[in-house]
Order: sequence, then C-alpha cells, then structure tokens
Amino acid sequence: MSKANTIMPGDTAASRNFGSMLKELDWRRYVIYIGFVVVFLFFAILLRDQGFLSPNNLLNIFRQTATITVIAVGMTYVIACAEIDLSVGSVAGLSSVCSAMALSHWGLVPGILAGLAVGLVVGSLNGALVSLLGIPSFLVTLGMLGIAVGVAQWITASAPQPILNDTFNLVFGSGNFGPVPGLVVWSAIFVAIGAVVLNRTKFGRQVLATGGNRNAAEFTGINTKRIKFQVLLISGTVASVAGMLYAGRLQSGRFQWGSGDELSAIAAVILGGPSLFGGFGSIIGTLFGALLIGLINNGLILAGLDSSQQQVVRGAIIILAVALARKK
Amino acid sequence: MNTADNVVEMRSISKGFNGVSVLKDVGFDVRKGEVHALAGGNGAGKSTLMKILQGVYQTDAGEIRIGGKPAAINSIQDAKAAGIGMVFQEFSLVPSLTVAQNIFLGVEPLGRGGLIDDRAAVKRAREVFSEMEVHVDPRAEVSRLGTAYWQLTEIAKALAQNAQVLIMDEPTASLARHESEALFELIDRLKGRGISIIYISHRMDEVYRLADRITILRDGRHLLTKPLTDVTPEQIVEGIVGKKIEGELSYRARDRESYDRSPLLEVRGLNAGHRVRDVSFALRPGEILGLAGLMGSGRTELARALFGIDKLDSGEVLLRGKKVKLASPQQAIDAGIALIPEDRRAQGLVLEHSVQENLLLPLLGQIQRGPLLDGAKGKALSSLLIKRFAVKVAHPHRPVRLLSGGNQQKVVIAKWLGTDPDILILDEPTAGVDIGTKSEILDMIRELASAGKAVIVISSEYPELLAVSDRVLVLKDGSIIRDIPLREIADEEYLQLAVQGV
Repeated sequence: MSKANTIMPGDTAASRNFGSMLKELDWRRYVIYIGFVVVFLFFAILLRDQGFLSPNNLLNIFRQTATITVIAVGMTYVIACAEIDLSVGSVAGLSSVCSAMALSHWGLVPGILAGLAVGLVVGSLNGALVSLLGIPSFLVTLGMLGIAVGVAQWITASAPQPILNDTFNLVFGSGNFGPVPGLVVWSAIFVAIGAVVLNRTKFGRQVLATGGNRNAAEFTGINTKRIKFQVLLISGTVASVAGMLYAGRLQSGRFQWGSGDELSAIAAVILGGPSLFGGFGSIIGTLFGALLIGLINNGLILAGLDSSQQQVVRGAIIILAVALARKK
Repeated sequence: MNTADNVVEMRSISKGFNGVSVLKDVGFDVRKGEVHALAGGNGAGKSTLMKILQGVYQTDAGEIRIGGKPAAINSIQDAKAAGIGMVFQEFSLVPSLTVAQNIFLGVEPLGRGGLIDDRAAVKRAREVFSEMEVHVDPRAEVSRLGTAYWQLTEIAKALAQNAQVLIMDEPTASLARHESEALFELIDRLKGRGISIIYISHRMDEVYRLADRITILRDGRHLLTKPLTDVTPEQIVEGIVGKKIEGELSYRARDRESYDRSPLLEVRGLNAGHRVRDVSFALRPGEILGLAGLMGSGRTELARALFGIDKLDSGEVLLRGKKVKLASPQQAIDAGIALIPEDRRAQGLVLEHSVQENLLLPLLGQIQRGPLLDGAKGKALSSLLIKRFAVKVAHPHRPVRLLSGGNQQKVVIAKWLGTDPDILILDEPTAGVDIGTKSEILDMIRELASAGKAVIVISSEYPELLAVSDRVLVLKDGSIIRDIPLREIADEEYLQLAVQGV
C-alpha cells in the first residue's frame, strides 16, 4: 500500500524510478532537518522583536541543549541496539553529587573520577543484568532509575553539594573557549566522536546489526551480549559526564540534576532517527532532535507562555514531528 | 470454457510500481473445487497477482470477478468478504493467544453484554477442525504448537470466515515430509467440499500430486494455463526458466584426485543437546557431503554445534588434524568455517539494512584502516561480491528486504564466501528460491568444492542432495545411521528409504 502511494505518474525510465525512491527515503530521513528549519523560521519571524535571533539567545539555545545532547548521543547507541536506558537522568544526578562530594574532600582529579565511576558502575550493572541475565533493559534501567536517584538523595540527605573548585566549574560547563561556551564544545566533541564511531567503525556496524536482527548478527559471529553490555556501559558513562556538566554549570551537585532527562534524550533520538526498534541510528539526527527540543523550549519562553503551556505545546510538536517522520 | 464455474476470474490485470510494470495483461481463473497451481520464477509476478486478489494492492487495469460478478477488491477486508483466504508463508498468527483466539481474531463471537464469548469461539473452532478432520486443541496457546499446527490454525482461520478460495504460498516449506502428506490429504478433503485452492510451489512433485491445472507466469505475463495431464515437468521448468536446463539436477563428476586425502575436518564422538548424539565423520578438501534426515533428525543442530552456536557436551572437532575449540561463531569463523543458516530472513540477513551493509557484516575486519572503516574499500568489496555471485540488485544501498528470495539467498552466500572459508556448511540453501537460482546455487557449490573447499549440504530435497553430494550421511534421532557414497545410491527412492530408516 505504501508503494502505491509513491507511484510517480509518467515515470518510466529506471533511473527516474530510482530517483523517486530516493525521494521517499530522503523525506523520512531528513524530516528532522526540515522540521528544525521550519520551527526556526517560524520563531525567527514570530519572535523577531523578542530577540530570538540575537547571537546571545542562539548561544543560549546551544548551552541549554548541551547536556541533553550529550546524554542523547549515548542513548542513540542504546536505541540503535534495540534497547532502552531509562536510568540516564538519575545517573547524571548521582554523578553530580558524587563528583561534588569527592571534590570537596579530595580535590579535582578524584572528583572527576568519582563522577565517571558512577557511570561506569551503573552502566556495567545495567549491561550485565541485560546481557547476562536477559532481563529486558526497560525493566533493569527503570529499577536503576529509582536506585540511582535514591542513593543520590540518601548520601546527601537531599542537600545540595556546593562546588568551590573553580577549575572544575570552568572546565565542566561554566567556562568559555573564546566566544564559544564550554558546554557547546563538550557537546560538539561527543557528537563528533559518537558519529564517527557509529558510522565508521566495526563496533558501530555491529551495534546496528545487533539492533536490526540479533539472530543474524549472532550467526555472523557478533557477540551480541557483549555489544548490548557495551552500549549500556557507554550510555551510563556518557550520562555521568552530563551529570558533571550540570555540576560545573550550576556549581553544585544535586540529586535533582538530570531528572527527567531520559525522556528528552529518548525524544531527541527518536526525532532524529527512523526507528525505536533498533537497527538504525543517526548521531547528527540526534543532535538536531535535541536542538529542536531546545529551540522549542526557548521560543515558547520568549513567546511568554508559562511552563504548563510550554509542556503542552512541546509535547504536541514532538508527536507531530515523529508522525511526519513515520508517514511514508 | 464455461465461465460460470469460475469462482475467481481475473481479467487483463496490469500493475506497475514506480513506473515499472510488474504485471501485463494477465488473466487467471479458478474453478470451484479446483487446485490451481501458480508457478513462475522470481519476479514473474505471482505474489503481486495474489496480493491484488487479497486486496493488498489495487490493480491498475483489468477486472476481478468473484462468482461470476464483478467485484471491487480494494482492501483485505473486501477480499475476506468475497471469500478469499490466505495461508501465509510467514505465519500471521499471534503466538501468545490460543488457537481459538487466533481463529476469531477481529471477528470474536460476542455473548451477553457484548463481551467476547470464549467458550463459543472454542466450540466453533472445534467444529471447523472436525470438518477439516484434524485434531487441534483450540485452547492451546499457539506458541506451544509446532509449525504444522500453525498452518492448520491458519487454514481454520480462513475457513471460519467462510473462505471459498484459499491461497497457499509454499505451504510445505517448513513442514516435515509426513506433515506435508497430511496437508495434501487435507487439501484433497477441502477440494471435495468445493473449496478452491491456489497453490504456489516450486516443488514439482507437489504440483503433480495436488493440482488440476497450472498457470505459469513469466516476466509479468501469462505464459500458459493447462491441465497437468497435458504438461510434462520439463515443459513446466522450461516455462518458468525460459530456457531448457539440462542435467541441472544431475550429479556431475569432478576431479577430486588432486586434493589432499587427509581430512580437513574431523568430528569425533560429538554430543550436543538432545539432537546430536555421538556423531563422528570426516570431511576431505574438495568433498561435498550431503546431510539427509527428516525434520528433527538433528541436521540443523549438528550444523549449529559445528558453528559454535550450540554448546558441545562432549566430543572433539579437529581441523587439519589439530583440535579446535568451537565455543562461539567467532571462533568457528576464525577456524575457517562458515554457516549459511536455514532461515535467511531470521538468521541470515538484517532485512532493513542495505545489501552492502549485509554483505560487509562478516568482513568488517577486512575493510578497516586503523580504527575506522574504509568506505571506498567496502564499496569495492561489496560490488565485487555482487558481481561475482550475480546478485540482481537495483542499488546496493537499498534494503535487502526488497530483493526476491533467490537474490536474498545469494546475498547470504556471498556474504559468507567473502570470508573465504575452508569449510562451508549450507543449511537448506535452495529453500524457497526459483529453479533458475537453484541451479546457479548448486553450480556455485560444485565450483567451491572444485576449488578445494570442503562443503556440507543439508537439504530436504533429495534430487538436490543427489545432484551435488559425493557422499550422503543419513541422520536419525541425532545419530548417523548411514554413510553412503553416491555411487551406491541407485535413485531417490533408495535415499528416501534410507532416511526413513528402513
């Protein structure tokens, strides 16, 4: 039925036919970019008097999107592998408090290591439970979401942990590289590495194959258990870096940092890629998915909507974008 | 011809996709109580024609008449209402529901208060099965039943909705021989009750066993419709392939003297699970070993064990006299073994990925430059494989799902031969492919053996086994019961008796 809709009247030559097929592919693959441009232009015209296009506001959008982008890069691997990681937001929170506490006790390097350790430990646990025991990642990471946020709240007695180490704050989010905010540099690094690894390495292909057809991947000699373990480890570790970015930007560790980010990250990945069921993934798409969400948030604030209205409009736009991407 | 007898009549059907014509002015009709075989090579238009009849596609031109009256079939619902039922090749049941729930899915009988009356559904399902004269428990969960029962459930589902015409696409592809025989008897009974069957099959013996008439399509055109009494198997094959294939299914001697007589692969006292018991054999370079046996005789399980998918319980495997550990497919691949699995869609391919990505999946190590993959190298390698194995693809970046069954199978074979294995295991390599591709695949197997590789071929089709094997091992209940050199096998019947263990 889908085919019937794409018949181009008058198309006879095989090359033309291939062209029309490409068109069909492009539409689905590039809808996120089209959507991004449309929303951008819409706000640019509508909010031209509210300073939407000012360099400062545009940088702000990037800055506000950075942590979600970083988390979403890890999430792209997980979703491409046909798994899900719901624990990323609370891992970020736990990482921010562990990092902050270790910083105040032992200094800079132990602080960073403590933050990373949170991601490595939680990611390994997620990975081991999913790949060794075969528990669905949805359940494992849903449980881990509660555990991580609970631990973070427990060890801090719900109190914010201030960070007074200026180097840490500068490197993780508060500083600038020339005119470019550090957060933007961080997300650019993660996007670049993420895109190259997914598209241009053996590991990336194996992730996609495992997500596309686990059985066939297994028969091809790919250790799919190891791949599933690795993607969850990556996702946890990346989320812990995002947690430190929160800590550095807000100069404190709090269990609430990152709360709810798992949903934004999943939305960014789905906006940017064609499937929730694995086998596909595009880091650049994810970046634009995250930017689109950031763009919408920013535009709605400038438009003067209150936060309840923002949530409704944001939800509607995300559903609309995904619906367009799916329509063949 | 008296058109009043026709339950289905398709006149001058034409259909194109994206400007490419797939069916041109095709006529097809089915009489009441007739088994009408539909044959044709890959891309001949069989499945498109059937999808039009089922309402999946709409015809561009032409007319469909059901029971003598023009019918507009614009959706699957229309087709169902017109009495067209489909027994799907890939089964379309919900495994977690019971047989009865599946049969009445969407048309559940309602009881008081508009709630589903499961008891009535079970009762009616029982009636349908008793009319079919088969025993299936309507309350059983489908996932717990074997493939043969899935198929019976599919047929019952169609009959429960008063189907007058059943379309069966390669219905015996996943059945054991005795299950196929039971299906044939069922088809005879259905026919006796006035139900018509459109039977799509590549297997000549089935067509002759069942069908009254045959229609052959070639390149989207109607080639012939004849009673089977008026047509010879050679004519059918010729009609499908478009040229005479001679000796395509006969053994061809190869020069095997030039190879090393010492075994390349030696298996000693292998045990794995319930289906591989104390298996020992040796395989020399240049040799093609056939594995024969009924479904469940342990053929596939032996292949899986040798490829490191299933764990070995005991026994050893030697490659060139040296003991090897085969605990994972990667170890088997490293040892030079390749397995072309029996189910290409589930095990052989990532259907949504492109032809190129599928081809390169086992070869990623070869196209690495530093930590990165070399795109140009990958492209060159995949086009080399596509050319070498004559895979017909519009574009290597299109999803492999869009290829015909035969071409998909070529992709699976090409993907593995790219790793240049010493030992190649092929599990049902020609299942569901057309005759032309089949003979190409058999030729490929012969060539590989001539090039010094050792090949194991698992097949349920005896003519095929006899056409390529130098030696046939017969498995029963997981053990080798016979080891027969080809020259001792007089004919297909001899082999069949050996497989039955007589």
